Order: sequence, then structure tokens, then C-alpha cells
Amino acid sequence: MSSTTQTAPEARTDIKLPVLERETLILQGRSYQWITERVCGILENKQPLLWWWIFIPCSLMALIGVGGGLVRLVATGVGIWGNSNRVMWGWPIVNFVFWIGIGHAGTLISAILFLTRQHWRTSINRASEAMTIFAVICAGIFPAFHVGRVWFAWFLAPLPNANGIWQNFKSPLLWDVFAVSTYFTISLIFWYLGLMPDLATIRDRCKPGLRKMLYGLLAIGWRGGNRQWSHYEMAYLLLASLATVLVLSVHSVVSFDFASSVVPGWHTTIFPPYFVAGAIFGGFAMVLTIMVPARAIYGLQDLITMKHIDNMAKIILLTGTIVGYAYLMELFVAYYTGAIYEMDAFKFRIAGPYWWAYAVMMSCNVLSPQIFWFRACRENLWVVMFVAMCVNVGMWFERFVIIVGTLARTWLPGDWKTFSPTLQDVMLFAGTIGLFLALFMLFLRFLPCINIAEVKWTLKESDPHHNDPLIPPDPGVTLIPAYQKEYSKS
Amino acid sequence: MTPDRKRIYGYLAEFESAAALYQAAARVRDAGFKHWDCYSAYPIHGLDGAMGIKRSILPRLVFVGGLTGFVTAFVLSYATQVVIYPTVVQAKPANLFTIPAFFPIMFELTVLFAGLTVLFGLLALIRLPRLNHPLFESRQFQRVTDDGFFIAIEALDPSFDTQETHTLLAEIGGANIELVEEEDDDG
Repeated sequence: MSSTTQTAPEARTDIKLPVLERETLILQGRSYQWITERVCGILENKQPLLWWWIFIPCSLMALIGVGGGLVRLVATGVGIWGNSNRVMWGWPIVNFVFWIGIGHAGTLISAILFLTRQHWRTSINRASEAMTIFAVICAGIFPAFHVGRVWFAWFLAPLPNANGIWQNFKSPLLWDVFAVSTYFTISLIFWYLGLMPDLATIRDRCKPGLRKMLYGLLAIGWRGGNRQWSHYEMAYLLLASLATVLVLSVHSVVSFDFASSVVPGWHTTIFPPYFVAGAIFGGFAMVLTIMVPARAIYGLQDLITMKHIDNMAKIILLTGTIVGYAYLMELFVAYYTGAIYEMDAFKFRIAGPYWWAYAVMMSCNVLSPQIFWFRACRENLWVVMFVAMCVNVGMWFERFVIIVGTLARTWLPGDWKTFSPTLQDVMLFAGTIGLFLALFMLFLRFLPCINIAEVKWTLKESDPHHNDPLIPPDPGVTLIPAYQKEYSKS
Repeated sequence: MTPDRKRIYGYLAEFESAAALYQAAARVRDAGFKHWDCYSAYPIHGLDGAMGIKRSILPRLVFVGGLTGFVTAFVLSYATQVVIYPTVVQAKPANLFTIPAFFPIMFELTVLFAGLTVLFGLLALIRLPRLNHPLFESRQFQRVTDDGFFIAIEALDPSFDTQETHTLLAEIGGANIELVEEEDDDG
């Protein structure tokens, strides 16, 4: 019997494989044109009054908090920031880690979910990448001014000083400089590359004039030819793979700042994965915090569907559980190693003067996401927003517990102190929140907040073979209709 | 080349859907054209094959870019820490065994250089920025970034013929066939 004469066995028709249908990502069978109109409409029409109600207070907050705060800080000296004391020193670092962590969800959505072919990312990736960039800008303010004399901040760059001495490349702080600046650059490239076709869309819709010229300049002459798309898609894939390893490394390097020291409570190997999971956890909460209201205000329910929110809620549940595991594992390892200093550090965190911060962290980060096990909670936008807010607060307190809760009791009793924030601390933190939201409002106003080209690509008719008569439906399969929660009111 | 001829950019034809564009692209490819392109608002998967486009060479450029970053970081950290001015901080030595401490920076610069190569390599390969293009003269071409599907065959192509190419485009389902002309500033 030769293999060439063998025919494939007859397909059995009596067995039907049940296959769950994929949920539609864009509801109500919207057309290409509808997508273009709806997304470009946001920046072409007048903004709703609410936009001004958010933008003006936020920009004032940014102006007074960051602008005024930094002027006062530089003019007076870092002493007013409490930098002369090691415990007081902690707040800006808390904010730095908080903001840099927020950014991670954007990169996760744009890079890791791209590589894993999660098409639902297309509706939310643009806004979360913008969020990444604004969060990293907010984060960058803190270390730049924390160096003391900001006009010497260029000492961070790999350049020799007057005595020919170079930076210490063995120091995690310098690793951090490289990690964060690379992260910002790559995020910016990724964001811009994604924006290019959409900027061309806006350019082509503008009437001739200054506006068309500006968007035309930004779109650098994109024409949408397949010879361009072919290279473009390859570039996007490459950047996604680079950003995937990058996003896992950035917060790992941030955690090295702590983990490579010899301070009890910091010197643990669990820090890098624990920080990365926490960053993604906090980042997704921020994406929800921003996108749930934006979706309602601009009527994007058919593009950002309940399916998207459901998926994000599930990621929050997963990463929140990982974070909870890390919290418990930290305690277990402290107990199991029998290192008394390690144990004391954790006892101090749980039962010391900062017990309330520890309690907030535990309840917001570990307990609150657990209600996402229930479908009804993931489908109720108020519950989703409530949990997202809890996580935002909880993740800030996590960094507070880790940093201040440890610095307050280090090896030298002379350093022991109870933390209280200075005016400068509060101003700068509030200012960065204002700056972040104001930048995001400007983004909504001037750039397409949804990736138009990629969303169009997810439509059924975008596949050139979707109605091909040569490819009949598989007879061995029974399609089970997908569970799809739709909001009829839009 | 006559001055009149110089002004013609080529033919632009519209197609009704991604599937129609895909079918038509294969026909244009088989007709032996080289200077032509399909235009759409989003990347159509499989169109590269239908057009006969080879895989992008960008990954090779990026590999070289990444390697450059890796070597740069290694040289930068090793030379400054071990060769030029060895500094002993926190009792950490400055010698061959210090190299693991340079890994994070080597990694970061690899990613940074590779990422920059992606951006600039892409721009070089797709020949952008180029703010002006004859196709922008066409009114219907403005729909390309919205919901239009187009094929443009350039007059530059040796197989191009004002009559025959028009017939071909009409045959494969092209609508609104338009002769796109360049603004002849030199003439």
C-alpha cells in the first residue's frame, strides 16, 4: 500500500463539535464610515460642557500644584520637601512608583495583547497608550527634582563630570534612568506609529486651512497603500515584541531600587514579578477610571462594549489576586526564614503606626477586586468604577506601605521617625493628578481617542475571505451563540 | 519623454470592498505590473500575497539596530567602569566579574536602539515623510482613509498604456476610473 493512493478518511458527519461563537467586538453592525464619523466627530465637534468642567480645574491644579510647587521648591531649596530626613523623603518616591506603574497597562494592552492576538484591545489601546505617556511624564517630574539641584539633573545622563568620573553603572538608580527613559521613548514611538494612519484620516476630512496643514504635517503624508501597510504592520509587530519585554523589565528595574538594598522588607526576590503584576493591576484600574466615563460622554458604547469592560475587570481580578498572593508570600517568607529583622519589618507594617495604610492596601487591592468573580458585578458600571477607584487608592497605599512603612524603621534608630507630608508633597501630588487629567482631556480634544484603522480591521467584512464561496462553513461544527451583553440604550 | 506624458501620474480606480480589492489585486499582479499599489483604510491581510509583495526587510534592520545598542551599552559601561576610571562603590568590584551588573543597561539600550531603528527604518522603507503626492490631487482619494478601496497603477510602469490599463481596471471591477495628473511645475 503506497501512501500516494491513500485518501483521507471520510469526515464523520454524525459528530458535531460544539464551538462557542466569538463575540462581536463592534456592535450593531457599524460601517467603516460610522466608525470614522464617530471617532473623528469627537475632535471635530464642540466639546461637551463637562469637558470644560474637568479641563479647567485640572489645568489649574496642574498649574498651581506642579508649576507653582516646583517654582517654590527650586527657589527655596529641597529642604521644604522634607528631603533632609530619610522618612520624609519617601513621598515623592511613592508618587514616582505609582505613576510609572499606571503606565504599564497601556503598554500591556498595546503590546502583549497584540502579540497574543486579543482583538478587543483595538478599541482601548489608543487611549491607554496616551495614558502611559502622560503617566510617565508625571512620574518623571519626581526623580528629576528629587535629585536636589535640578539644574544638575543632567548628571543622570551617561556623561563624565568635571573630574572625569562617570556614573555608577552598577547602581539600580542608574538602571532606572535608562529603563524609564527607554520606556518613555518606545511608548512614544509606539503611540505615534499607531496614530499615523488616523492622523491621515483627520487630515483627509479637514477643509483646506491651517488645521489641515497641521494634521497633514503630523500624518507625514500617509497614503494607506499596501506597500506602506506591509512595512507598517511589520514595524508594529516588532515594536510590540520589543515593548513586551520592555514593559516586564521597567517595573522590575524600578523594584531593583528596593530589592537590591539591604533593608529588611525590601531585600526580597519576589519584588520584580510582584511589582509588574501590581503595575498592570493599577494601570487597568486607571484605564477603566478614564474610559468608562469617556465612553458614556462621547457615545462610544458600540466601540467600547461591555465585553471590553468585562475583559478588563477579569484582568483586574487576576492581577489583583497575584498581588494578594505576593502580599501573603512576603509575610510567609519573613516568618519561614526566621530572620528577626525581616519579621519585625512586617510586624511594623501591619501593627505599627501605619497599620491603617496596610489595611487600606489589603482591602482595596486584595478584597475589592474579588467581587469581579460575579458576572453581575462586572456588568454593573457603578460597581466597576467603584472597584477601579478602590484599586487606584489601594495601589498608591501599597507604595506608601512599602516605602514609608519601611524607611520609618531602618537599621539606625537615629533615622526613626513618623512620617507627615509637607505642603510641598501634597501640592506636587495633587498637581500631577491635575496634569495627568488635563493632558488626557487635551488628548481627547485633539487626537482620535480610538484607533480607527485597527477597529475597522476587526470588522467581519474587512477579511477579504469572509464571504468566500470556496470556503464553506465547517459541517462538523455546531456554533453556540456567544453570550453578549448589549446595552440597547446608546 | 514628452512634457505631456510627464504630467500623468497614473490611473486610480475604486473597488467596492476588501474582497473585491483582493481579487482585483491578483489580476493586476498577473498582468505584470510593477509600479502600482492597493490603498485602503486598514491593512488587509493576505493582500501582500495577492499583490506579490515580499516580506518586509525591516526585521533585519532592527536586528542590526538592537545589536548596535547592545554593543554600545556594553562598551559604555565596561569602558567607563572598568577601564577609564574604576570606582569601587559599596565594595562592589570593578573588573570582569562586574559585567552582570551591566545587564540591565545592556538590555535597555538594546531595546532603545532597536525601537528607534523600527521608527526610522520604517520611514525609510515607506519613503515618508513626503507631504505632497499626486494622488492627493484626486478628490475621491480622500475617502481612502475612511471607507475607500483603491488601486492606482502608475504611468511609470513599462506595461502602462492609457487605453489598455483603463480597460483592465474596468474589467476587474474598478469603478470611477480616473486619470490622475501631476502638477507640472517645471513646464
